[in-house]
Amino acid sequence: MTLIIEQCLNGLQFGLLLFLLAAGLTLVFGIMDLVNLAHGSLYMIGAYFAATFAAWTGSFVLGAVLALVATLMVGMAVEVIAMRRLYGRDHLDHVLATFGLILFFDESVRLIWGPEGMSLPLPSWLNRSVQILPGINYSAYRLAIIVVTLVVAVLLYVLVMRTRMGMLIRAGASNREMVGALGVNIKLLYTLVFGLGAALAGLAGLMQAPILTVQIGMGENILILAFVITVIGGIGSIRGALVAAIFVGFVDTLGRAFFPDLLRMVLSKDAASTAAPALSSMLIYLLMAIVLVVKPEGLFSAGQK
Amino acid sequence: MRKTLLAASAALVFAAGPAMAQQKTIKIGFVSTFSGPTAVIGNDMRDSFELALDHLGRKIGGLPVEVIYEDDQQKPEVGKQKTEKLIESDKVDFISGYIWSNVLLASIKPVVDSKTFLVIANAGPSQVAGELCSPYVFSTSWQNDQTPQAMGLYMNQKGVKSVFLIGPNYAAGKDMLAGVASTFKGKVVGQELTTWPAQLDFSAELSKAKAANPDSIFVFYPGKAGVQFLSQYEQAGLKGKIPLYTAYTIDELSLPLQKELALGVPGTQEWVNDLPNEANKKFVADYIKKYPGHKPSFYGAQSYDAVNLINSAVVATKGNLSDKEALRKAMEKANFKSVRGGFKFGNNHMPIQNFYLQDVVKDAKGDFVLKTVATVVKDGQDDFHAKCPMK
Repeated sequence: MTLIIEQCLNGLQFGLLLFLLAAGLTLVFGIMDLVNLAHGSLYMIGAYFAATFAAWTGSFVLGAVLALVATLMVGMAVEVIAMRRLYGRDHLDHVLATFGLILFFDESVRLIWGPEGMSLPLPSWLNRSVQILPGINYSAYRLAIIVVTLVVAVLLYVLVMRTRMGMLIRAGASNREMVGALGVNIKLLYTLVFGLGAALAGLAGLMQAPILTVQIGMGENILILAFVITVIGGIGSIRGALVAAIFVGFVDTLGRAFFPDLLRMVLSKDAASTAAPALSSMLIYLLMAIVLVVKPEGLFSAGQK
Repeated sequence: MRKTLLAASAALVFAAGPAMAQQKTIKIGFVSTFSGPTAVIGNDMRDSFELALDHLGRKIGGLPVEVIYEDDQQKPEVGKQKTEKLIESDKVDFISGYIWSNVLLASIKPVVDSKTFLVIANAGPSQVAGELCSPYVFSTSWQNDQTPQAMGLYMNQKGVKSVFLIGPNYAAGKDMLAGVASTFKGKVVGQELTTWPAQLDFSAELSKAKAANPDSIFVFYPGKAGVQFLSQYEQAGLKGKIPLYTAYTIDELSLPLQKELALGVPGTQEWVNDLPNEANKKFVADYIKKYPGHKPSFYGAQSYDAVNLINSAVVATKGNLSDKEALRKAMEKANFKSVRGGFKFGNNHMPIQNFYLQDVVKDAKGDFVLKTVATVVKDGQDDFHAKCPMK
C-alpha cells in the first residue's frame, strides 16, 4: 500500500512537470499554429540560467526567480527575432527553422557554459524526505514540485478563463483570423504567448535540474513526451494538457513500477526484466494511438474546425 | 600548357609514390562518443590517447602515426557504420576505443572479418570474452562482470545480508547485475532494469527499492546518469538508511558534479589515480599538466594503455604489420608498463588483473578525489574465458 501511494505521487509529480512543458507547447501550437521543436531548448536554457543564477546569488529560490524572468526574456526575443518570420508558412518550414534553433541553442550553451554540464544543488530544507502519512516518507523536493506546478496550473486557468488576455488567447485558438479582424494587436499577443510558453518551459527545466542535472540536449527527450501530451489532450487546450499530462505521468511511472512484476507472472524472470522496460516505455505511445483512433482531435480539442 | 601541367603532376605523383611507401604510417581508428551528454567520457579517452602518443614522441614503433577519431553518438548502428568506414575506406591498421558494450557488439563483426586488430579500451560484454572471442580482439579494460563481482565480494566482507539491484537495460547493465549477483552470498531481493539511455528519473525504482527494505542497494550507472542517481537517492531519503554500493558510477568525470553525494559510497575499479607505480604517476601528473582543470579517469587510463600495447607489438615486430600471426603473438605478451601496474592476457585476450576498492575523500585543497582503500581481487580472471575456443 505504501508503495502504491508513493508510486502515485511519483506519477503525479512527473505528470505535473510534463504539464508545464506541454502547456507552453499547446498554447503556441494552438494559438499561433506554430510547431516549435525548440521548446525543449527553452527548457534547457531555464535550467542553465537557474544553475548560474543560484551559484551567483547563493540562493536556490532567488536563482529560480531570476532564471524564470530571463527565460521569459529569451522567449520573447526568439519570437521577435525568429518566429515572427514563420507565421503563415508551411509546417515543414516551422520544423526546419525550429530544428535549426535547437542546434543554435545547443551550440550557444556549449560555448557559454562548456560541454560538461552543471549541477544545481538543493538547499538542505528541500534536499531531504518528509513524512506525509504515518510510515510514508517522500522527497520534500518532489512534493515542492507538485505544489508549485498545481499553483501554476491554477494561475494559468485563471489567466486563460477569467482575464481579458485569456479571452483573446482562447479566441485566438478557435479562430485566429477573426481575432485579428476585430482589431486585436495580434503581434503583441503572440509575443506574450510565446514568452509565457517559454517561461513555463523554463520553469519545468529549472525544477527538473536538481533531479536530473543540467546538460546540453536535456530538453530533447522530454519534448517528445510533451508533444504526445499535446496530441492526447487536444491542440490548444490547457485543460486537455493538464489531464493528458497527469495521465501520461501515471501511465509512465506506474508502468515502470508494476509492469515488470506483472510480466514476471507470464514470462521467465530474465526475459521479463529485459522486456519490461522496453514495453513499459511503449505504453505511452500505445495510449496516444488509442486516443487518436477514438478521438482524432484529442480529448479536449480547442479549435473545432 | 595543360598537357605540361598534367605531365608534371603525373611525374610528381610517381616521384612521391616510392618515398611514401618507405615512410609507412601507422593508422589507428578510434571509435568513441564525442557528442551528446556522454561526450565527456569520449573526450577523456581521446585526451589520454593523445597523451600516450605524446609520451611516445608521436611515433608508434618508430613509425609516424595517424589517428582518426570517429563519433559513435552512443548508438550501436552509428558505431557499426563508423567502424566499417575506418576499415573499408581509411584502411586502418588498428582500431581502438568503444565505451559501450552494445556499440561494441554491433561493431565487432566487420573488425574480425577484416582481420583488423582491435584494442577495446572500455566495453567488456560477456560475449566478447566468451564465444565471440577472436585472435584479433584484445582488451585493455575488463570483462563487465568482473568489477561488480569484486563489489559482491566486498559486500560479503562487510556482512551485507540482502541487496536490491538497479541498472540500465543494455548489454553492460545486464552483465553488471549478473556479476554482483554471482559473488554476493546474501539474498537478491529485487532487480530493476531501466530504459537506457533515455530514462533519467529513477523515482519509481527507488520507491520499489525502499519498499523491498533491503540491507543495501547496488547500482551501475556510468556517466551523467550516475550523478542523477546519487542525487535522487539522497532526495528519496535513502542516504544513511540503505547503504549504496556501486560499480562505474563514481569516477573522476562524474565526481566534480556528485561532490558530497559520493562521500561514503564505495566502488570497485581496476585502476585508481593513486596507484603507486611509476607509469601511473607519470600519466596522472602529465595529464593534469596537459589538460588543466581535468583529472584522468579509468576510461583514460585504459586508452593510455591501449596505445602502449599497440606500440609494444609494433616494436616487437619491427614495424612489420603484414605478418598478423607475429603481431598477435607480440600483443599477447602485453609487454609494456601498464598504468594499473602490469597485467597478463588470458586465453581470450582479456586482462588478468587486480580489482581495488575505492572511496571518495576530500583532499587538502577541498577537492573530492578517489582513493584506493584495499585490493579486493588479486589477479582476477573473468568467468567466460572457458567458453572461448582459443586456448
